[in-house]
Amino acid sequence: MKCPPFDYHAPRSQAEALALLARHGEEGKILAGGQSLVPTMAFRLARPASLIDINRIAELDYCRAEAGRLRIGALARHARFERLVAPGPTGALLARAAEHIAHAPIRTRGTFCGSLAHADPASEWCCIALALGAEMRVLREGGERLVPAADWFQSVFTTTLGHDELLAEASLPLLGPDWRCGFAEFNRRAGDFAVAMAVTALRLDAAGHVAGARIALGGVAGTPILAEAAAAALLGAPPTSDRLRAAAALAAEGFEPTEDAQVPADYRRDLVRAMTRRALEGSLAT
Amino acid sequence: MNWTGRRLPRTEDPALLRGEGAFTADLAAGARAVRFLRSPFAAGRILSITAPDLPPGALLVTGADLEGVGTIRPELFRFNYRAIAQPVLPRERVHFVGQPVAAVVAATPEEAEDIAEAILLEIEPEEPVVTIDDALRPGAPILHAEAPGNTVVDGTIRHPDCQAAFARADRIVEFSLRSGRQNATPMEARAGLAAYDRATGRIRLTASCQMPHMLRTGIATLLGMAEADLQVVAPDVGGGFGQKMALFPEYPLLVWLARRHRGSFCWIEDRNENLIASAHSREQRHHLRAAFAADGTLLGLEADILANTGAFSCYPTTCGVEPLMALAEYPGPYRLPTYAARARALATHTCPAAPYRGVSRPVVTFGLERLMDRAAAALGIDPVELRRRNLVTEFPHVTPTGLTLDQASYVEALDRAAEAADIPGFRARQAAARRDGRYLGLGLAVFNERTGYGTPAFAARGMGIVPGYEVVDIAMTPAGDVEVRIGASPHGQGLRTTLAQLAADRLGLDPSRIRVIHGDTDRTPYGWGSFASRGAVIAGGATQLAADKLATRLRRAAARLLQAEPEAVTLRDGAAWAGEASIPLTEIARRVHQRSEQLSDLDGFNLAETAQYDPGGTFSNACHVAEVEVDAETGHVRVLRFLVVEDAGRLLNPLIADGQVHGGVAQGIANALLEEVLYAADGNPLTGSLADYLPPSAAEIPLIEIIHMETESPETLTGAKGLGEGGAIGAPAAIANAISDALAPFGVDIAELPATPARIRALIRNAR
Repeated sequence: MKCPPFDYHAPRSQAEALALLARHGEEGKILAGGQSLVPTMAFRLARPASLIDINRIAELDYCRAEAGRLRIGALARHARFERLVAPGPTGALLARAAEHIAHAPIRTRGTFCGSLAHADPASEWCCIALALGAEMRVLREGGERLVPAADWFQSVFTTTLGHDELLAEASLPLLGPDWRCGFAEFNRRAGDFAVAMAVTALRLDAAGHVAGARIALGGVAGTPILAEAAAAALLGAPPTSDRLRAAAALAAEGFEPTEDAQVPADYRRDLVRAMTRRALEGSLAT
Repeated sequence: MNWTGRRLPRTEDPALLRGEGAFTADLAAGARAVRFLRSPFAAGRILSITAPDLPPGALLVTGADLEGVGTIRPELFRFNYRAIAQPVLPRERVHFVGQPVAAVVAATPEEAEDIAEAILLEIEPEEPVVTIDDALRPGAPILHAEAPGNTVVDGTIRHPDCQAAFARADRIVEFSLRSGRQNATPMEARAGLAAYDRATGRIRLTASCQMPHMLRTGIATLLGMAEADLQVVAPDVGGGFGQKMALFPEYPLLVWLARRHRGSFCWIEDRNENLIASAHSREQRHHLRAAFAADGTLLGLEADILANTGAFSCYPTTCGVEPLMALAEYPGPYRLPTYAARARALATHTCPAAPYRGVSRPVVTFGLERLMDRAAAALGIDPVELRRRNLVTEFPHVTPTGLTLDQASYVEALDRAAEAADIPGFRARQAAARRDGRYLGLGLAVFNERTGYGTPAFAARGMGIVPGYEVVDIAMTPAGDVEVRIGASPHGQGLRTTLAQLAADRLGLDPSRIRVIHGDTDRTPYGWGSFASRGAVIAGGATQLAADKLATRLRRAAARLLQAEPEAVTLRDGAAWAGEASIPLTEIARRVHQRSEQLSDLDGFNLAETAQYDPGGTFSNACHVAEVEVDAETGHVRVLRFLVVEDAGRLLNPLIADGQVHGGVAQGIANALLEEVLYAADGNPLTGSLADYLPPSAAEIPLIEIIHMETESPETLTGAKGLGEGGAIGAPAAIANAISDALAPFGVDIAELPATPARIRALIRNAR
């Protein structure tokens, strides 16, 4: 459990980092918090020839509300979100989820964007990014593109991020007060990877009817997934207990669960049903 | 001043808390790193091991290099034990995933791992035997020709009148239970550092071990070297729990390297190696059948015990330790008129089993205490009352397996626990919660814990190597400080503190003047180590004896110097007193050593004594109570309350006793809910990291309430009983009973541990 050999670079600017990425291509890997990458290297499951450490690039360290979106730079750590980074439902949801991310020492190192780039299917941030419709700002030497969350996640640990690209920023919509966000996660021990999680967002109109609904599930398939049928079933009516229950049941049936020795598929569906209902109920409880 | 019995903070702690402890890895600077290449197959034939061009200074060692090195082959002369042999490095076949097949030496651990990765290991896979069912299947592959049917131990105890008890029973309760496999998971994994001394030709092996003297004997025998040329040092050891008793192949290999290449070689085990290749435990299946009279009296018990003990037999206890402890101790604290049982150890292509805190008793207590709850339900008797009717109340009591239970408080501890748990209050809360769709449960576990047993108990097992006694050397220096050298080897139990307290009282000395020296075969008398809840009882008894002998000599010298009769002299506050007259012990020590013309005719020229202690054993007892809430939708169990009524006789240091209970209960809760080593059908371990194998964190462990009772044992010199394992023994059963109680509305009955959320959900789903 010692890392294989690698070269180490510590660029001082975004431009320098992008130049290094361009030079190293497939052999290069960005090091931000390192909380997933370094253990993976210690197990020798990842063996990048060059690490490009972006921790000295001050211009990537920010998290600010701007033009209706929360802009999160590549060096914003998990711990930053434990306190409200923005007023309203978005900030509250992030704070709610942050406490589920591993343990305090990991939260002080690991980064929001690093999680999105790593794309662990059980990542809280990935699930929220999909639920709220995050947008990724991706840079490479001489180029930039914006990728919506729906197009970002490809499969387990795989995104559309190219080998020469840096995920410089992720942004989330700052939802208005008519939105209610919910979060529920199941894991064996505090701080463990989620066995199942649900992130929900409901917009209620003046009559108290559901006018918008998003439900994302994490930890249950190769990528976070949207429970679209469950969300659609909630539209146009008040979110009664029975309707929430029915939506949760739809969410539990609408996907192909990951299976392993400890978590059979039908158990994962049980958990999705419970977490979806709890997230929805929790969001409306206030 | 009485030091014994006080909550004295541990002498050991300041250095550990400041991060200044010296563990094996802390001492390994400058040594060359060893990396073991481990088998990727559960079973197979080794065809070739080919190394790439090794960089300068690197080495590759395979079984072919170890000409003349013996095999690890412990003996047991009873219970149809078949001696099976484990090579240090195999030449022909591999027997489990993780078995060391070759060793690579390089300047750094990183480089050694790079080289190990590049080695081409050609193995022709063979059909593996992984589970108990695999091992028992007719026509199954045989691991060791010496053990037909893969049965390494097959022990039977059968009372002739057992069948008659069942014939006249009003009620027979019968069920099977299963315990998952566990890893003791000490905070510090294994580690060894072997260093050659050019001046003397001796080797010093520093190792994270529990039995340094045993390890020394074992390695010297394997390598055919003079035992006197090997020093084994156990420095700070970060937990062992039994796992570090065994003679593992890695250690003789390190010593072999140091001798052959006249240098220093270290191996610091990583967590993956520890999880797949150190030692496992507790994979057992029991089938129980019990006869009860209508009034709840237990009439007879039949038990069939199967233990998956892995690929080899651990040295020195052998793989018989699990099944045979279950065989001997199933009756527990209950009056059992007649008993019939069979216990087998089965060899499989999995990591070998070794003792782990409690050994079989967590599983036995799980069985016995589920039995009591099941019988109570079947007979319509309150579970506390049913236990009360069957617990032993008169002592000494001889069990149907011939063990003598000394004075204890089985019923009293149960009653104290039931009262403290406020069972009526709980039932009201439980009923109210059920109306809200919440499931609360309360579970009890009553048990006794055989501790502090010496040579006769181990000899009765028929062991080829019989541990038991402990020796303590004590000496007062010319400056008046006391050195206590012990053969036992604590690794977290705080014996430096406890033994100093005991000696302090016998010598009238402040404990800060007493140094307990342990864990070094050059500096301590031959002894066995710390395991089987024996340190306080046996090393404690020997310390007390040795201190008494030293006190006698001090009194004799003082009598001369004070011109009094020796009988009139007492030792207190660092001085010897005869009436109003006194002389400091420091002055006596100085005179004995340096003015020997005044005193040498009494006792010679020093203040050194030695003592041995070898007790028959004593049973501590406890009652655990768990209160849980089960989330019926997810199967998750939250432990709301955990109460322990513990009776370990006279408490030498209640602070340390509490710590033992806390740690044991935490491991027991994890045993009940979290920790399980899993193998795929092909014998590949699925729990090779702490993301998959789940020791508890503080968040999963509730505040643990402890009530102490102190029934002093007439069987031990100090009146103390051991309690190191009890926390781990009782907690799984209490939790299993609590979950079963919580889920009674579904008719769910916990018969398998750990009771994982997925398993609990499956039980609820199937019940509905």
